[in-house]
Parts: sequence; structure tokens; C-alpha cells
Amino acid sequence: MSNGHDLAPSRAAIDAKLRKILSDVLGLAADDVAAFDADTGLFGHLPELDSMAVAGLLTEMEDQLDIIIEDDDVDGEMLETYGGLLAFAEAKAVEA
Amino acid sequence: MTPFTLVNWPCRAVGCGNDHSEMALTFDRGRTIRLLVIPALFDEANKLRRQTINVMRRLDLAGVDTFAPDLPGCNESAASLPQQTLAIWRDATADASRHFKATHTLTVRASAILAPDGLPGWAWAPTGGRQALRGMIRARTIAAKEAGRPEKTEDIQTLGRSEGVELAGWRIGATMFRDLETANPADHLIEIPQSDLGGPGLWLRAEPDEDASQAESLAAILSIALELNP
Repeated sequence: MSNGHDLAPSRAAIDAKLRKILSDVLGLAADDVAAFDADTGLFGHLPELDSMAVAGLLTEMEDQLDIIIEDDDVDGEMLETYGGLLAFAEAKAVEA
Repeated sequence: MTPFTLVNWPCRAVGCGNDHSEMALTFDRGRTIRLLVIPALFDEANKLRRQTINVMRRLDLAGVDTFAPDLPGCNESAASLPQQTLAIWRDATADASRHFKATHTLTVRASAILAPDGLPGWAWAPTGGRQALRGMIRARTIAAKEAGRPEKTEDIQTLGRSEGVELAGWRIGATMFRDLETANPADHLIEIPQSDLGGPGLWLRAEPDEDASQAESLAAILSIALELNP
């Protein structure tokens, strides 16, 4: 619950952080990741994203977005597209 | 540039026997500053090997001797990985430090938990044993879910503590698993955060990678620090 002093990060801020994390994990230039849209495929679409890289991605999201990701949170829908991952990160940031 | 040399060093760590040796990759020209480089652990060992050696090459040019020992159970070691414990690995790094007459150490990521007592040095992007396990356990739960036979983190942890467990292809014994859960980076080291190197951590990538400018930055930071604290 927001008390007016401790606002959740804005959608734009989460979007920017998430793109930076993906650029670090995938080893892609910022410009390439800037071109990702909601339908851009991630896990299962990008060879750079194997299970170990996804584990690193989730851990970076936890550290940089200050959220906790549980086993049950991780599913195909959340990881399949950039839009799915962003929606998940936003929902978690509001909870946090 | 000096070519590196692969040498044997006597590893007398408890449990390794009296006649055990391990290998080390070294740049040794008998110089005054001698840096023991303790490689990253488990899956990050593979991902950071190339970058670590690239940093050693640059330190060689800067006049620093460096030594990267294999830990028992890793690489070409004759020791069995699942039988390793943190105590054995700490003994082994202390042995390597004595053998190579190290004056300083550089740890890489979770190897900060293995830094020999009393050996001053730096921890590159240090992390603890629990965090090292967390990443590998998470990779296992994601792969298991993808394969249609989901596993829970708690179940993997219970198995790890009681019988040991294979994570990211590394067979980790029960004692080692329990040791890692509470192992923190040595507090006498000076931290070099990844953000000081001007680029993302290469351990995040799916495959081993290299970054010349990050290697330059790390070697420069160390060279300056070593000149100030010879």
C-alpha cells in the first residue's frame, strides 16, 4: 500500500531497467533491446536464454527491481514474451 | 608478453592424501608482486575463465606475477568433486598461496569465500555461497518445469543438505552444500564492484564471453592498488 511517500517505481522506470537487464544478460546492444515490443519472444525464442541465463535474469530482476520471485511465479507465460515479463515485473513492483 | 605456464603444485588439503597435486595456470617471472587468482566457482568458473586469464595477461604486462590454481575436483583434478568440502577448498587455496609465495589475492565472484586468511587482496564482484547455490537451483527448477516434471526449490535444498545434488552439471556433496549455504565472502578483502569495470557481469551470459575493456579496467585498478600497497 502506498503511503504517498514510498511510491512504486513508474512503469517507464521498470521498463528501462528491464531492458537494461536483458541487454546485459543477452549481450545485446541497447539499441537492439530498445526495439523489443510486447510480442518479442524471449524464453524458447532466443538461444541466449537457456535455463541458467533465465536464472541469472530473474536474480538480476530481484536485485535491481527490489522484488522477490518465487518458484510458482515462474511460468511459460511470464517468460515467453517481453510484454509478459514486463507485466510480471510491474505487478511484483507494486506488491513489493 | 610471457606465455602462460601450466604447473603442478602440491595440494596437501585434508582428504586429498599426502601425494596429491593440482594444476595451476601461471605467469611467473619471479617478480616481487605475486597475485593468487582464485577462479570463480561452479557454472561461473566456465563463464569467467577466459576473462580471468585475460586479466592475468594484462597484469603480466604490468609487472605482476599471477597464479590461478585448480581447486580439487575441478578441471583436470584427480580428486572427486562430490567429496569436496569448503574446508578442503580453503586448505587448498592456502596451500597454493604458500607454494607460489603469493603476496596478494584476487577472488572472482563466489571464490571470495575461499580467500586465505591473512593474505591481503581484492574481491571482484564478490558473492556468497548461498547466492551461488540460488542461481544454480533456480536454473534447475526452470529446466525441470520446462521438461514437464516440476521440482521445488525447498525439495532440492533438502536433497542437497542430506545427500548432495547435481546443479548445473556440478555434483555437489551434502557437506559442501551445507557449507555453501552459510559461506560469506572473506571480510578482509577490498571489494571491486562490477560497476567499476564499466560493463555488465559476464557471468550473466549463457555462454563464456570476453570483454577487453573490462579486463583493462580490472587490471588497471589492481595495478594502481598494488603499486600503492606493494
